[in-house]
Amino acid sequence: MNRDTVTILAADGTTVGSPIANIGIFGLFVAITLFIVIRASKKNATATEFFTAGRSFTGPQNGIAISGDYLSAASFLGIAGAIAVYGYDGFLYSIGFLVAWLVALLLVAELLRNAGKFTMADVLSFRLKQRPVRMAAATTTLAVCLFYLLAQMAGAGGLVALLLNVTSDIGQAVVIAVVGLLMIVYVLIGGMKGTTWVQIIKAVLLIGGAAMMTVWVLAKFGANFSEILGAAQTAVSGSSSEAVAGRDVLAPGAQYGASLTSQINFISLALALVLGTAGLPHVLMRFYTVPTAKEARRSVVWAIVLIGAFYLFTLALGYGAAALVGPDAILAAPGGQNSAAPLLAFELGGVVLLGIISAVAFATILAVVAGLTITAATSFAHDIYASVFKSHQVSEGEQVRVSRITVVVLGILSIGLGILAAEQNIAFLVALAFAVAAAANLPTILYSLYWPRFNTRGALWSMYGGLISTIALIIFSPAVSGAKTAMLPNVDFAWFPLANPGIVSIPLAFILGIVGTLSSPDRGDPEINAEFEVRCLTGVGAEKAVAH
Amino acid sequence: MSTTDTAVSGQEYLAVQASPEFQELRSRLRRFVFPMSALFLLWYSAYVVLGAFAHDFMATKVWGDINVGLIIGLGQFVSTFVITAIYVRFANRELDPRAGAFRNKLEGGAV
Repeated sequence: MNRDTVTILAADGTTVGSPIANIGIFGLFVAITLFIVIRASKKNATATEFFTAGRSFTGPQNGIAISGDYLSAASFLGIAGAIAVYGYDGFLYSIGFLVAWLVALLLVAELLRNAGKFTMADVLSFRLKQRPVRMAAATTTLAVCLFYLLAQMAGAGGLVALLLNVTSDIGQAVVIAVVGLLMIVYVLIGGMKGTTWVQIIKAVLLIGGAAMMTVWVLAKFGANFSEILGAAQTAVSGSSSEAVAGRDVLAPGAQYGASLTSQINFISLALALVLGTAGLPHVLMRFYTVPTAKEARRSVVWAIVLIGAFYLFTLALGYGAAALVGPDAILAAPGGQNSAAPLLAFELGGVVLLGIISAVAFATILAVVAGLTITAATSFAHDIYASVFKSHQVSEGEQVRVSRITVVVLGILSIGLGILAAEQNIAFLVALAFAVAAAANLPTILYSLYWPRFNTRGALWSMYGGLISTIALIIFSPAVSGAKTAMLPNVDFAWFPLANPGIVSIPLAFILGIVGTLSSPDRGDPEINAEFEVRCLTGVGAEKAVAH
Repeated sequence: MSTTDTAVSGQEYLAVQASPEFQELRSRLRRFVFPMSALFLLWYSAYVVLGAFAHDFMATKVWGDINVGLIIGLGQFVSTFVITAIYVRFANRELDPRAGAFRNKLEGGAV
């Protein structure tokens, strides 16, 4: 579809923006951040430095970095695009993504910070059996990171097509490879500290850019939000596609309202969004970059404010794109609905604003991929290599060395995935990563923190059960086969009717945790259970910031 | 893991866990976060169910093109911000001083 639409665009003489300006502004971002990363990371020798930036960040800094990690290309391009094309149903993503932070704030962040060191598995294995639990936690961590990486790289492909006017498959592959290599460089040089600074800079640019465009859109409509909604509905009703023109974009149901199945699918998605965040390993790992539980709390508060503001902006951007660019132009553009925000930028501010917004979008992908990669690499080195393979007989320096190698391997893997990834809506792919996180990680984290009786069997059943059921249901869902929009449209082995598996797999994982626990006589060591609870609630013995 | 970077023994942890002060901290935390979590999850579920099944209700126009669905959606933003503020106030007043007292007692002199 790419090549045809581009020919149409070229025939009309309406190329979008100037690829040279886009590359130039992005190059500037890379130069500045690389400079900061090199300066910020003079010492990355110890594991605490490399994995957690010496726990030296403040709550506000970490909160901004969390929003940088969290507001991925899916939020910016995917949600704005979904609102532009489907209207209200796209808004659901933002609400789920935001409300989810209350789970992290109230139930997870502080206790996790008090009990852990580098990874989620540290907390789980404190009072459960080390090796099997670490292996399981590292497996689910790697699975979530891979799904999320796939989403980001899929976004990169579409973005490249639109912004750099690179439409040949080889050209796109080259650009994705460049993004992947840059990410490897950032993480290898910068470790957690460098990665965090990239997140902070990117978050400021992204939220600032979205705020500016929101003000611009509002100004065009006399600061009357109702006018934007009206204009968006008019533009959608005037679409040349009958299916699009029939949509009521101001009410729910355009994407998920057609049948009972799609309504349940919608509820299933909502469940995964709200319970997934507090199980995302790259978000959990950010809580270890601050010195205390109180700073972890401040981080989440900052993150909630910034993320909430950003999602309010995407509402204006999505409807603004529908009103000003129109659904037909968005759907016809290379990159499909993911191109709504860049096209709106071009409509508003021409070549320069498009250049800035595309650079921000690239930076977003780069930063999120870097955050995911360092999380996955830490988990592999610390949980699998050091604890499972070598039974703790490795120095922390060796763990850092292994995780650096892992970064390179994952970088190359994500380049490969990015090249293969099709033009799926990236918000949907991210939703799948959330479903895995909500089913495989969250039940075990909550039980481990709040239920003293919880034991190793419960943890293993819940984590593996959640992971396997989620992935199996996705494989047999219409997202993978059987439907025209599926990844494999020509075969049909979809017997599970929902594209979002959360409504089955999340309760299943919670139940498996209970059944597994109660079916085993293992009650753990009362002294260690007491130590764990006292540490969680009071912060006694929590690793402090490294002195500089 | 049971690291021993503080010189507190398992017996001492058992004693601390059983102490009335610790039980007080524990129950205050739980009595706040569990009901509050239930509350926002219920409110969110209500929104999601309305979004899935009550399209006409959500499409009811209130002012201009602003409808009930949009107002309830924005209400989710407001409730999230409000609950965050209430929790921070609660944690600063009720949890931090109590947790700090335990840290002083157990880590006292070790720094």
